[in-house]
Amino acid sequence: MDNQGDIWEVFIQSKPGLAHKHVGSVHGMGKEMALQNARDMYTRRQEGTCIWVVKHADIIASVPEEDGSFFDPSNDKIYREATYYTMPEGAKNI
Amino acid sequence: MTLVIVFYDLKIVNCELNIKTNNNMSDLEKFLEKIEENIKIEPKDWMPDDYRKHLQRQMSQHAHSEVIGMQPEGNWVLRAPSLRAKVILLAKIQDEAGHGQYLYSAAETLGKSRSTYINELQTRKAKYSSIFNYPTLTWADMGAVGWLVDGAAIVNQVSLQKTSYGPYSRAMVKICKEESFHQRQGYEIISNMAKGTPEQKQMAQDALDRFWWPSIMMFGPHDADSSRSENAMKWKIKNETNDQLRQKFIDKTIQQAEIIGLTIPDKDLRWNDETNHYDFGEIDWDEFWNVVKGNGPCNDDRIEHHIKAHEDGAWVREAAIAYAEKNG
Ligand SMILES: [Fe+2]
Ligand SMILES: [Fe+2]
Repeated sequence: MDNQGDIWEVFIQSKPGLAHKHVGSVHGMGKEMALQNARDMYTRRQEGTCIWVVKHADIIASVPEEDGSFFDPSNDKIYREATYYTMPEGAKNI
Repeated sequence: MTLVIVFYDLKIVNCELNIKTNNNMSDLEKFLEKIEENIKIEPKDWMPDDYRKHLQRQMSQHAHSEVIGMQPEGNWVLRAPSLRAKVILLAKIQDEAGHGQYLYSAAETLGKSRSTYINELQTRKAKYSSIFNYPTLTWADMGAVGWLVDGAAIVNQVSLQKTSYGPYSRAMVKICKEESFHQRQGYEIISNMAKGTPEQKQMAQDALDRFWWPSIMMFGPHDADSSRSENAMKWKIKNETNDQLRQKFIDKTIQQAEIIGLTIPDKDLRWNDETNHYDFGEIDWDEFWNVVKGNGPCNDDRIEHHIKAHEDGAWVREAAIAYAEKNG
């Protein structure tokens, strides 16, 4: 069993102005190689204008199954949605 | 003001009730409900052990196929008949390397390392598509491989885009976008040869003769003989059966052979007006299982070459690690 390097998660911005989107991961020894591998692997057809690589081990993620109550605070606050409010009949552009 | 508060309280009660019913569901029930509703399963979600194992096996087998599949085509890079043909073939092979990487990445999210997967390939515990155990003898084979082997892979992969495991599904979407040129470049090669000199046309026909049956075997055993299919369908890892996919491939490929004047090597092939599909001859399953078990023409070559390339690259990995430790 040999060393395949760290796993790096890859995020690509497809156009200036858009958010970086997760596309998958690469292996790489060090950040430079991770970035080059990500370029070779995920942008062979001009898929992006910018790439982020983040060490997989450095990502902290919530656990959907174990932590069902994690998103509770927003569950019962439908008054945060514009559609919650009744506007007077005939009111326009609001 | 009072009205708002009352409404708000009701809302809280409702919400708590919902959470209670949710908690009373077992992990398995929640999993099955997601499958039922076509909600993708993600790496951190609870999943049955057999589902995880099935995916580890299927996805790594898929990844190994992409990687081993570079060898029969790599065989012709230095002998490509023109610079154009050479850059196209190289680009295609490079895509296959990428496909292997996407799939290993996705398979790693199931909690098994890449080194382990590669080790299973090299020790022959894991399989790869048996089509790659056939040799590529002439340039026409580059046509047959792209047209038929990638063609069959596309039918399978288009269907897998809907697979229930999120990372696998996303990898398939990306791969399908890249595959379309693979099949077209192969069909271009074989159709050019089919309209060339009589010798060239004969080479094209010979390539079709050798690759036709192994290509339709790529879809695996008949549904009745496929022990793993049932779980795969139940969990929506697969959404179409081996036989359904094989039929799809045959139905769309026959016309492509006809218009370039080549003959599919199956005397039982005929259109069936009742089923609206082509009937075809019996597949030689003894040959299929023989190749799967390791006795095909190139099984040993493929694995030995993979191990050699891997070992030859060991110093590169060591040097890269040393460099990374020094420079971060
Ligand atoms: Fe591929
Ligand atoms: Fe391909």
